Amino acid sequence: MENGTVKIDALDNESGKPLRYWVLNDLIHKAADGGAKHIVVENVLGQRFIGACMEHKDLLLEIHGTPGNDLGVFMSGPRIEVFGNCEDQIGNTMDHGEIVVHGNAWDVTGLAARGGKIFVRGNGGYRIGIHMKAYREAKPVVVYGGGVKEFFGEYMAGGTLVALGMRIGNGSIKDLPPEEVVRGSIGCGMHGGAIYIRGEVSEHQLGVGASIRPFTEEDSRLLKPILEEFSKRFGVPMETIESRGFTKIMPASSRPFGAYYNPRSV
Amino acid sequence: MRFNGDRIVPDHDNCVACQRCAMKCPQGAITIKENEMAFPAHSAYTERIRRIGWEQASTGGVMLSSCGNDLPYRSIFDDLVLDAAQVTNPAIDPLREPIETRCFLGARPDRLDFTETEDEILLDTEMSPGVMLRTPIMIGQMSLGSISYNAQIALFRAAMETGTLVGTGEGGLHSDFYEYGSIINSEVASGRFGINPPYLKKVASLEIKIGQGAKPGHGGHLPGEKTTEMISQTRMIPKGTDALSPYPHHDIYSIEDLQQLIYALKESTRYRVPVGVKVAAVHNVAAIASGMVRAGADFITIDGFRGGTGAAPRIIRDHAGIPLELAIAAVDQRLREEGIRHRATLCAGGSIRYSADLVKALALGADVAMICTPVLIAMGCRVCQQCHRGLCSWGIATQNPTYTQRLDIDVAARRVSNLLYAWNEELREICGAMGIDSVESFVGNRDRLRYLGPNPRIAEILGVKHAGEAWG
Amino acid sequence: MSACGIAGLINIDGKRENGRKVVDMITTMLERENGLGAGYACYGLFPEMQEHYCLQLLLDDRQSKEAVEDLLVERVEVHKDEEVFTRKVKGMRGPYPLIWRFFLEVPRKRIDENPDLEGEDDYIVDMVMEINSRIPGAFCMSSGKDMAVFKGNGWSHDIAEFYDLERYSGNMWLSHSRFPTNTPGWWGGAHPFNILDWSLCHNGEITSYGTNKRYVEMWGYKCTMLTDSEVVTYLWDLLCRRHGLPPIVASMAVAPRYYDDIGRLADEQREVAIRLRRTYANAMINGPFSILVGKARPVPTLIALTDRKKLRPMIGGISGDEGTVFAASEECAIRRVERDGEIWAPVAGNPLIARMGDGIVWDGLKDQSQYKRMRVIA
Repeated sequence: MENGTVKIDALDNESGKPLRYWVLNDLIHKAADGGAKHIVVENVLGQRFIGACMEHKDLLLEIHGTPGNDLGVFMSGPRIEVFGNCEDQIGNTMDHGEIVVHGNAWDVTGLAARGGKIFVRGNGGYRIGIHMKAYREAKPVVVYGGGVKEFFGEYMAGGTLVALGMRIGNGSIKDLPPEEVVRGSIGCGMHGGAIYIRGEVSEHQLGVGASIRPFTEEDSRLLKPILEEFSKRFGVPMETIESRGFTKIMPASSRPFGAYYNPRSV
Repeated sequence: MRFNGDRIVPDHDNCVACQRCAMKCPQGAITIKENEMAFPAHSAYTERIRRIGWEQASTGGVMLSSCGNDLPYRSIFDDLVLDAAQVTNPAIDPLREPIETRCFLGARPDRLDFTETEDEILLDTEMSPGVMLRTPIMIGQMSLGSISYNAQIALFRAAMETGTLVGTGEGGLHSDFYEYGSIINSEVASGRFGINPPYLKKVASLEIKIGQGAKPGHGGHLPGEKTTEMISQTRMIPKGTDALSPYPHHDIYSIEDLQQLIYALKESTRYRVPVGVKVAAVHNVAAIASGMVRAGADFITIDGFRGGTGAAPRIIRDHAGIPLELAIAAVDQRLREEGIRHRATLCAGGSIRYSADLVKALALGADVAMICTPVLIAMGCRVCQQCHRGLCSWGIATQNPTYTQRLDIDVAARRVSNLLYAWNEELREICGAMGIDSVESFVGNRDRLRYLGPNPRIAEILGVKHAGEAWG
Repeated sequence: MSACGIAGLINIDGKRENGRKVVDMITTMLERENGLGAGYACYGLFPEMQEHYCLQLLLDDRQSKEAVEDLLVERVEVHKDEEVFTRKVKGMRGPYPLIWRFFLEVPRKRIDENPDLEGEDDYIVDMVMEINSRIPGAFCMSSGKDMAVFKGNGWSHDIAEFYDLERYSGNMWLSHSRFPTNTPGWWGGAHPFNILDWSLCHNGEITSYGTNKRYVEMWGYKCTMLTDSEVVTYLWDLLCRRHGLPPIVASMAVAPRYYDDIGRLADEQREVAIRLRRTYANAMINGPFSILVGKARPVPTLIALTDRKKLRPMIGGISGDEGTVFAASEECAIRRVERDGEIWAPVAGNPLIARMGDGIVWDGLKDQSQYKRMRVIA
């Protein structure tokens, strides 16, 4: 361990195959429990549950390769930085901490997350930010630099979701065509939190219970530090991000199903 | 009752027949009679059906209800009779001789590997985590929210006393309750409310809720009125908001996804606690259960269609699912046919009303019974089926402080542990009568059951002979 | 089974004992039987055919014999077959079955073509299960190597005469006389029950039958005999042969200590006992039983065990010359053939184990934890 840094190879050199996830995760847990503050994992390929329920507050977990599903599930503390793409459900039911992805992260990112931050440079898939919640100071944030697909913020109950709709290449940044920024059923069933889409969104793209609201000074103030953090993480100039306006999507009601049920006894 | 100026006047609309007024009247002066001034008799359009129609025509709402299915479906438990030892083997007196009721929650290995050397016998098989229960009765999943703080702490204390586990329901764990971690079975449901590291790590076991017997295929809905300050803390959502649990888990759309969540929880707890999965008893439950076990569940809970709930659409509560008895039999048999029965503890809940149901459930094949409504009854519940309205005058299924302060924690805890103790003793009585001195030999022992009901096809599915048929 | 008498002996020096001796033992306990079944098992019986399985069958008629032969021709290589010697006995009710013996081997290719089988033993078990469940009028009494079972419907002295047991000698003998309650007296239902080299004589009634039956069925056994003793036989085959538990450990699985006693064990022993009890929860035999278990390989071994509440009798003994170990329901059975020597009563749920060559491996008097150090290494 040098200066608290531990290197772990996720490839089993004997068999030439990826280590099974429980073997790799055991190595990571042991290193972290042993006091490592910076763990570098190389040759990651499909291993699931990396960082699961880890509570090490000052830990930086650096992942090179393609981590498997449930990266940072139930996590409460560490920062995970991924150099590569992620698969599904990163930050599942995350409590606290940060996940930074220098690539894409597909479906169901930040499922039921209650705190922490997720920054993804590239694109996302379906049901991102589903059932995210917020409570007091715990307000989860998910920002995609690229575009996302349907059911963005489905069932959302709190926190902030952002899609910037940019293709962030090495040295070149372009805006994605509008149809690639976000698809339909945005905020379907949402009853809390806010969704910000860079660019225009049509009414027909909204899901049940979601509505477009004016983007105010207040929103701008709230969004600014989040975008600045994103800008810093991926080296995207703020003026590029701010070159287009945002559409804000909020729940039409905090009790969308308040009148749906009849509680009377018969 | 409500105040009209200085006068207290009855408010019949709010009377749910909780019977507290009658129970607590110092003079014993109150009698409650069913109102016979009812709808004209009709055996197809019953009063209930007409009242539902009337209500729905007024509001257009989906009818809510609570507790378990109250339609007069025939109870199969009541059609089963038990055996007793006569002559060829002796009955055992539970007061005089040991009859053991301990059991484990958790997976068992296929076999143990022993090596015998000159001077040692070495056991080289790892065991999955297991929780030893002093009785094969667990208290099921009831959240803080569906029941009150006082009710939940009473259950925790009763479980400490009796050596069994209590479910948290999907409502998080109040920090006051961390000290009871060793008897807590945390529920992980689709809403993921209150799930933080202590909720996963400070407890004895974890249970993923896929379905509930009272509302198979339905999520949860704690109305904003019930999200008080305390509930908002444990669920970690703002006060006054609806706590909606999606119908499915959005990381489980298929059986391999279930495996992923099971292992996410195992990884999160470093394989220290058993992880279970609960489903409602539905038509294909045996195949589903097999998939659950193969996905790595250390225990599985089958929740029958009479299971309770704090709130469910009436149409689902009363009409969806299958009886627990058939589900246990089908699941146990299927797992045996596939040679994987030992890989998970089979828990059965939702329909177990009293100890007779418990012993029959075990004989049909369940390792452990999960009970909820009976422990609520122990605390005072009169099964008025109005939990969803938050008006529980017994202080159980409500968050209203006027009512919750009525539930004396010590008294309630004592009554619940008395109930569990009595059931366990009755189980020992039955085991003794059959000449069985340990509950392991009772589980799945269908030979000691006989069917005495109207439909022999049921006996066939249960794998139980008809009364009058002998051994073998 | 209810009352029943059981008696067994093993010559630990490897000498051969004539059938006369065990017949004397079992017939002494006449009060324990009612003439509805008796049987004997002899180990070390065919030293010249040691490598061959010996299938000894009860057959209703020529037709069932032909059906068995057809199956054997298809499945195995039969080296020799012969009719088992029997004679009419006055007072024994007919009809007598046809009793036939086949010495056979399993062709290597049969094992190779079936990857699910661990070895030829499994192949034989499957074949026996099939004969018993599928061929009408055929019942395989025994299927081990260097051993055979002789049993039938009658008094123990009648069955001994019927088979003329004095013509046989072996290293170990088990015997049983029956007082049936739950199942009718029929030839196949008499004891000893056998699968491969495992033979079992059982006195008692197992209250955990349903649980045990469904447990062994999960491991592929077919309970065709409508009786609890069959299940116990399969349990021993499963635990000792297929799971490889040492006999003393297997007896701790089927007759486990009470949890209160487990709680008082030293840490290492307690962990073993708990794992054993948890894993083999459904293999626990409940209700009154005393059993004699015989196995042939690697050397003949006799195991005598009672339930943990000691609801059925069992006495152990050793001859004055210390060459023969006995176990029987009643002391009189041992005293009939051995005036000198030592007699003792093993502790409830604690096995008496005697092995050819080693003598008394365990006398069933001390706590099992003193047998050898037991500990967990995983």
